Amino acid sequence: MKPSRFQYVRPASIPEAVVALQRQNSKVLAGGQSLTPLLSMRLAAPEVLVDINGLSELAGIELRGSELWIGAIARHQEVLTHPLVGTHVPLIQQALTYVAHPVIRNRGTSVGSIAHADPAGELTAVAALLGARIHVVGPHGVRDILANDFFVGPLESSLTHGELVTGVSFPVLDSSWGSSCVEVARRHGDYALAGVCALVQIVEGRLTAASIAIFSVAGTPVVIDVLDVCTENEKLNLKVQSLIDPDTDIHATADYRRQLVKTLVAQALTEARSNAESRTS
Amino acid sequence: MNPEELFLVELTVNGNPLSARVPARRLLSDFLRHDLRLTGTHVGCEHGVCGACTILLDGKPVRGCLIFAVSVSGSNVTTVEGLVNNDGSLGVVQRAFHESHGLQCGFCTPGFITTIHAFLKENPHPTEEEAREAIAGNLCRCTGYQNIIKSVLRAAELIDSGVRDDH
Repeated sequence: MKPSRFQYVRPASIPEAVVALQRQNSKVLAGGQSLTPLLSMRLAAPEVLVDINGLSELAGIELRGSELWIGAIARHQEVLTHPLVGTHVPLIQQALTYVAHPVIRNRGTSVGSIAHADPAGELTAVAALLGARIHVVGPHGVRDILANDFFVGPLESSLTHGELVTGVSFPVLDSSWGSSCVEVARRHGDYALAGVCALVQIVEGRLTAASIAIFSVAGTPVVIDVLDVCTENEKLNLKVQSLIDPDTDIHATADYRRQLVKTLVAQALTEARSNAESRTS
Repeated sequence: MNPEELFLVELTVNGNPLSARVPARRLLSDFLRHDLRLTGTHVGCEHGVCGACTILLDGKPVRGCLIFAVSVSGSNVTTVEGLVNNDGSLGVVQRAFHESHGLQCGFCTPGFITTIHAFLKENPHPTEEEAREAIAGNLCRCTGYQNIIKSVLRAAELIDSGVRDDH
């Protein structure tokens, strides 16, 4: 089980990377923790791999104004342990604990996981819920894509041929915001059967915002504003269930996924509220 | 078809500078086994699930089968062979596996040894729960894991008691 042959390019700069990506059937190699298995199983066979691991300008995590920027080659493990992330966008770290195993997180990148647009990806849901901005550079210059416009379908984004994701910016959440991420998987570290990220805001004891992103139940994360219903579990569940249409597969039936969503949404919102309270106090 | 382009990959493996010219698609696990003849690293599932090929890349455990050798040229790699003491005696995690019967067929063992070695550097006094969590990404089909967890805790004990470990 070996990858088929490809041309390997290791660019020395972002413009060089963009030039290399203009070649036909090219693909970006960052952490490679999702891409390499696809290549080994020959589910993907790009002709050109553009390895961005040497581009130091794509490394790091920075506070830029009211946003937290994560570079395209920042490894999950670095994001998971970085104090800026914990302080300003704790949801990212809450979600990352579910991403595979520590050994995979040592190499895999958070931005790569978003660019991969896996519907079961925890960070895909985080980006969608927070309205993250995906920074892209291509043959026609730079552009930003909002997460909602970025995720088009399973493993499909609105990136066009020859574009490179250089980083993702997440809005900083002050201490009035609380968040949480919960999921159920067959085994720890596996893809979730269903999962939920929740985000709430509490101002002077009053709930002023509440939204969730459900993952692994559709081709893209399902983001729902639940402020109007989140105090009544029955109404909450009715609203959520009317907006999802999970599939049956070998891992779980659609009905079981609906049942999981019901439980996980309630749990995620409760945890997000206590997270908000602990952040204010 | 044109001959495949070869790339010079230079690594420091277990302290020794080693190199070979290989195609870009050569996985790091295969580079170690086929090109450098270091067959201690085992290849199980070859898609990142089983953990048998886990090696230390600049000190951190990674899956050898999920990395192209060419992509990490210039790095430091430690394999299970590199975790024996300089005098050839078993390293502390290896010794703990031996003492606690942490292996049967031994196929998964190199991945466990490297993973646990790195884990104990970060967390020298794990609870049983933490030990369990630490090995959650590695598959073993023989032991039922109980003795592997014992081995993790035993290794921590050995380190505490000052048993020789050169790594």
